[in-house]
Amino acid sequence: MDNRDSQEIRIGFYICHCGSNIAAMVDCPAVAKAIGKLAGVVLTRDYKYMCSDPGQELIRKDIAEFKLNRVVVASCSPLLHEKTFRGAVEAGGLNPFYFHMVNIREHDAWVHTDKAEATEKACALSRAAIRRVAKHKALEVKRVSVHPDVLVVGGGIAGIHAAMTIANAGRKVYLVEREPSIGGHMAKFDKTFPTLDCAACILTPKMSEAGSHPNITLMTYSEVAKMDGYVGNYTVTIKRKPRYIKEDVCTGCQECIANCVYKEPKFRDEFNEGLGKRKPVYIPFPQATPQVVAIDSRTCLNFKGGVLTDMCKKSCVAACGEKQAIDFTQQEILQEVKVGAIIIATGFQPFDAARIPQYGYGRYPNVYTALEIERLVNASGPTSGHVIMRDGTEPKSIGIIHCVGSRDQKTNRWCSKVCCMYSLKLAHLLKEHTGAEIYNFYIDMRTPGKGYEEFYDKLLEEGVHFIRGRVGEVTDWAASPEEEGKLVVRVEDTLAGYVRRIPFDMVVLATGLEPKSDAQDVRRLFNMSCGSEGFFLERHPKLAPVSTFSDGIYIAGCCQGPRDIPDTVAQAGAAAAEVLVLVDKGYIEQEPNTAFILDEECCGCKSCIPLCPYTAITFDATRKKAVINEALCKGCGTCVAACPSGSIVQNLFEDDEIFSEIEGVLAHD
Amino acid sequence: MTNDWSPRIVAFFCNWCTYTAADLAGVSRLKYASNVRVIRLMCSGRVDPQFVLDALAKGADAVLIGGCHPFDCHYVEGNYKCLRRFQLLKRMVQELGIEGDRLRLEWISAAEGDKVRTVINEMSATIRRLGPLGIPAKVEEWDREMEQFAAGIEVLESQAEPCESHAGVREGANV
Ligand SMILES: Cc1cc2nc3c(=O)[nH]c(=O)nc-3n(C[C@H](O)[C@H](O)[C@H](O)COP(=O)(O)OP(=O)(O)OC[C@H]3O[C@@H](n4cnc5c(N)ncnc54)[C@H](O)[C@@H]3O)c2cc1C
Ligand code: FES
Repeated sequence: MDNRDSQEIRIGFYICHCGSNIAAMVDCPAVAKAIGKLAGVVLTRDYKYMCSDPGQELIRKDIAEFKLNRVVVASCSPLLHEKTFRGAVEAGGLNPFYFHMVNIREHDAWVHTDKAEATEKACALSRAAIRRVAKHKALEVKRVSVHPDVLVVGGGIAGIHAAMTIANAGRKVYLVEREPSIGGHMAKFDKTFPTLDCAACILTPKMSEAGSHPNITLMTYSEVAKMDGYVGNYTVTIKRKPRYIKEDVCTGCQECIANCVYKEPKFRDEFNEGLGKRKPVYIPFPQATPQVVAIDSRTCLNFKGGVLTDMCKKSCVAACGEKQAIDFTQQEILQEVKVGAIIIATGFQPFDAARIPQYGYGRYPNVYTALEIERLVNASGPTSGHVIMRDGTEPKSIGIIHCVGSRDQKTNRWCSKVCCMYSLKLAHLLKEHTGAEIYNFYIDMRTPGKGYEEFYDKLLEEGVHFIRGRVGEVTDWAASPEEEGKLVVRVEDTLAGYVRRIPFDMVVLATGLEPKSDAQDVRRLFNMSCGSEGFFLERHPKLAPVSTFSDGIYIAGCCQGPRDIPDTVAQAGAAAAEVLVLVDKGYIEQEPNTAFILDEECCGCKSCIPLCPYTAITFDATRKKAVINEALCKGCGTCVAACPSGSIVQNLFEDDEIFSEIEGVLAHD
Repeated sequence: MTNDWSPRIVAFFCNWCTYTAADLAGVSRLKYASNVRVIRLMCSGRVDPQFVLDALAKGADAVLIGGCHPFDCHYVEGNYKCLRRFQLLKRMVQELGIEGDRLRLEWISAAEGDKVRTVINEMSATIRRLGPLGIPAKVEEWDREMEQFAAGIEVLESQAEPCESHAGVREGANV
């Protein structure tokens, strides 16, 4: 490979039409012509699709034929195709870093409306690249080994599926879940659309398999506190909250629960959305994984305000007997694990229905959220599957309001994708359980998916009523005797063309899906980005849907955006495949944009040392010089900008290279 | 100042947030003023104040720096370092008689394609109002003055006695 920096500069310049994406706004031949006149440029070409095989082949051949030793391609964003073209340059026998890319699509053709101006800008940017590339040096890509273990954060269906896939491929996985049990939202459902197969029947086996898999270390009631390192070599600190139970000793016999000093369950049961009660010592739901109880120190009598008082008579400890699984002295512990890749599968939270006061949630006891109904129709729910309202009666008429908190400028603008379908599912289940008259109030019926439209058809035949219109309000103010004591839904029926008032016993709000309230913290923890709505941002919406902008960090499930279970599982599988590619390859190639010290120029002032966020710079006291550890340097260039004597150099972003770029964009030739 | 004069703005965008946001602006086909030239750096912390001064010296009418929001820098805190330097630099540049509005630092996340458009359009309008900075022309003028000045000194020196003590101090000085 030709690695010589100091020889006559021979630059090849290529400008891509990108079909008409660029060519429609930039006069590509004119740019090529102008650039052809610059010093060092021996060849210019404009070509329809530079990234295509023939386009790359062109570069490869030209390098040999015209003895090119620098290449510039003006096309799309380097974030998209820099790798591609570096590959082509390397295939042509040149060092891949003798290359620079000019972004004239995203930063030019697509954002401007005047062809002359856009062409001038393309010239300026290309000129800068020509000047810069002449200064480029041959660089070597470093290989770093990848730790084979994997971390999955979030134990919903996405996290479980991803963890299982990776574990089945023979890799070790840490599955970290915040709650005492894995399962996520799916564990709360009775049936799942459109097949109406029982959620527990398909989820429980997966949960217990994950719980007992030799390659999976389950860490429930835990959260990630800190992440250090870089792709392939992450050190993650996991905070394990005390559940006051020795996990490896508890057999899940639940004798302690039966013998708690509280004879009756008294506290809000989170898993049942507050519709049931639990004791301070509890297991969230019968199929919970792991089958280990937890003690809630906020409600347990042995604590006061979360602090151990040891004042309770501890009948639970007696009931546990010889096993001695209960340990009130447990403290929060921090555990460190080393992993090579991370999958984030932290899911969603349902929209808070109280944010739309006119629907009366929290004010009228018989207004429910969809998730509450999931628990009410569930055989293992707080009412054993009997749909009994908060006032103890069974509803004879039920109104289901779609799109609550979705598709609304005032709340969330996006469509939550699953609400139409789960509303249909709940309509079916509620009809089955109560025989009530059921109305669905929808804006548009959205049922794209395999078997989904058919499910809607089936519901139409079941005699469920559908009214098209966004509900204005839910009120208990009766305008006629038959509305007395009922919840009245006021809606403009947009198909019939008039405003209707329909009285119901029960109203169900199909709340949308939104980012978890702590999504921003999680994002920061793992160095990810969020889209404007707050869901985690994928690297590319089409081509890299489970990757993030941080290498080695992947996303799956509803943390990336609303989706149903089939899509979630598919995405989790994709994330697992990406991770396996990384860990099975065993190494990664690192961008060589690290910094180094020019020894003879360093005066030992130490200005750079406190600036490095990765403590990559140390001071060699004997030689009185700063030293950069290349393995730790991540290439931000902060120290370079600060060095008063100019004795730090950042590869690929050398001062000289940037100065010539500045000169290039401003020059008039 | 003629009507067809268009300001020249050099922008330094960090790779992870602002450059990506500008890509997003493109993908979303948002339209903005065409007189900005973006130079990609890995982090706003890499923006050496010299880059900014150099851009102005070479004919830029304004410089825009874009980085990740506080807490969001891909390299933890490069954006803070950029902010610190920026504050000093802005003060210094103002001392030199250059309007502060010609320097702008913005936090633009990868999701804020729209903010890229707004900031560039605003800045373009502001600089249009301020008019050309024209440092290169001034530099030429200063160079000429300096030459004249130097020539004057030479004449003076050739007339004066060489000063021994000064030369001695210079050699012994600790540099
Ligand atoms: C009412 C309702 C009914 C639905 N019905 C259906 C249906 O019938 N069929 C269907 O296909 N889809 C249905 N869906 C959609 C379905 O719920 C989602 O597709 C699925 O739950 C997404 O799974 P997930 O793993 O991405 O997220 P989640 O189920 O939300 O799981 C995320 C997990 O991560 C954990 N977690 C979160 N943050 C952290 C953290 N920082 N650290 C550690 N752990 C964390 C959570 O505790 C949780 O266990 C329904 C949705 C709703 C709201
Ligand atoms: S990476 Fe964007 S400011 Fe540091």
